[in-house]
Amino acid sequence: MSNALETAQLGRRYGRVWALQDCTLALPAGRIVALVGPNGAGKTTFLHLAVGLLRPTAGSVSVFGHSPQREPLTVLPRVGFVAQDHPLYKEFTVNDHLTLGRKLNRRWDEAYAVSRLNQFGIPLTRAAGKLSGGQQAQVALALGMAKRPELALLDEPLASLDPLARRDFLRALMDVAVADGLTVVLSSHLITDLERVCDYLVVLSHSRVALIGDIEEIVRTHKRLVGPRTDHTAVAAVHNVIEESHTARQTTLLVRVNGHIFDPAWEIADVTLEDIVLAYMGQARASVSEASGGGMGGPWRSPLDDEKHDEERDESEVTR
Amino acid sequence: MIKFYLDTGSGTPPYLQIVQQVKQALRLGMLEKGDQVPTVREVVAQLVINPNTVLKAYRELEREGLLVSRPGLGTFVLKTLETSSPASHAALRRSLGRWLQSAREAGLDEESILALFTTTFHGTQPRESEGTA
Repeated sequence: MSNALETAQLGRRYGRVWALQDCTLALPAGRIVALVGPNGAGKTTFLHLAVGLLRPTAGSVSVFGHSPQREPLTVLPRVGFVAQDHPLYKEFTVNDHLTLGRKLNRRWDEAYAVSRLNQFGIPLTRAAGKLSGGQQAQVALALGMAKRPELALLDEPLASLDPLARRDFLRALMDVAVADGLTVVLSSHLITDLERVCDYLVVLSHSRVALIGDIEEIVRTHKRLVGPRTDHTAVAAVHNVIEESHTARQTTLLVRVNGHIFDPAWEIADVTLEDIVLAYMGQARASVSEASGGGMGGPWRSPLDDEKHDEERDESEVTR
Repeated sequence: MIKFYLDTGSGTPPYLQIVQQVKQALRLGMLEKGDQVPTVREVVAQLVINPNTVLKAYRELEREGLLVSRPGLGTFVLKTLETSSPASHAALRRSLGRWLQSAREAGLDEESILALFTTTFHGTQPRESEGTA
């Protein structure tokens, strides 16, 4: 299957700090992708690069084979972008927003947008600022989808919504995905928000890709092994150990298995997607603090990393 | 028409849960030959899940010859699931009984027997690639 989005060594630096670096990935068309990472891991930077709002500092990004920066007229009509907190013009009515969309977009299906808004009982004559949070999110989604995009990028669309509004929002989004077969990328710092609806996962941590792949495959191939405290080099020689913890008598491993585990000393259990994601984030943090010393920690570092950046801290104290 | 539910904490992949629920409905006679199952769009709207999950479940059931998809019309039950013949049940039960007897004679307690069964069962699943540790 073809890819909706590809990047090669993509990176973006703000001043001295890399918000995203060495990002090489391919998102297959037709998938619903969860872009997950802690706050400041580079999710928004990634999405802004994909939609051409930012220019890469390094590497390249292509959407349906074209550069969003250099060929916006080819790329942008095919991409729907809903920015963080679904921003709307508070004083404008919903109808005003539709007019704006019609005038600003080459590809625009107003009947489609109106029917979606009617479906959710959203009054078209009301000012956007007077709508509930859930309704504002639905308006932003309807506007983004009125372009009838082939790729939808949504930055933290659930963050400001209550559980019922989240469910309604995802239901509306899945309905578009079924009907139009589009590729969707949803970002969130919580994988549990997205687990039901996504089938592909990208974990960003410390400005790098920590894990990528088909969610079912990821869950199937990761296991927790519990056994007596022993040398586990035999396991590590065949399987990838993501996380390990030891007590005096017991060793617990989270591994990505290659094939079957035959050693009866290990008790093998399934792992939830959330645990897997957290383990990869932990691994990324460990490798960053090992490798640090340079200014490579990403813009939002843990306190642990900060201790190693005395020079930068001095600078910020001068400006204060 | 049947309704699906999803147990997110069960560890069973969502597509497999749908497969199992269709089979259960076929076994219990809640679905009969010629019945229509919910469309992908209906299941997605009801459960708020990934459309590919539902497609994958229906494809699996088609591959097993239980469902058939008629483009533009929907997906229909092709055949029901008779639980396999009582005769083969009895034979399997007898050989399992003999095996359990020898396991107990070897000194295995209930939990050890279950653990052995479970690991062997998972170890002999079809299409499982092999390696060593």
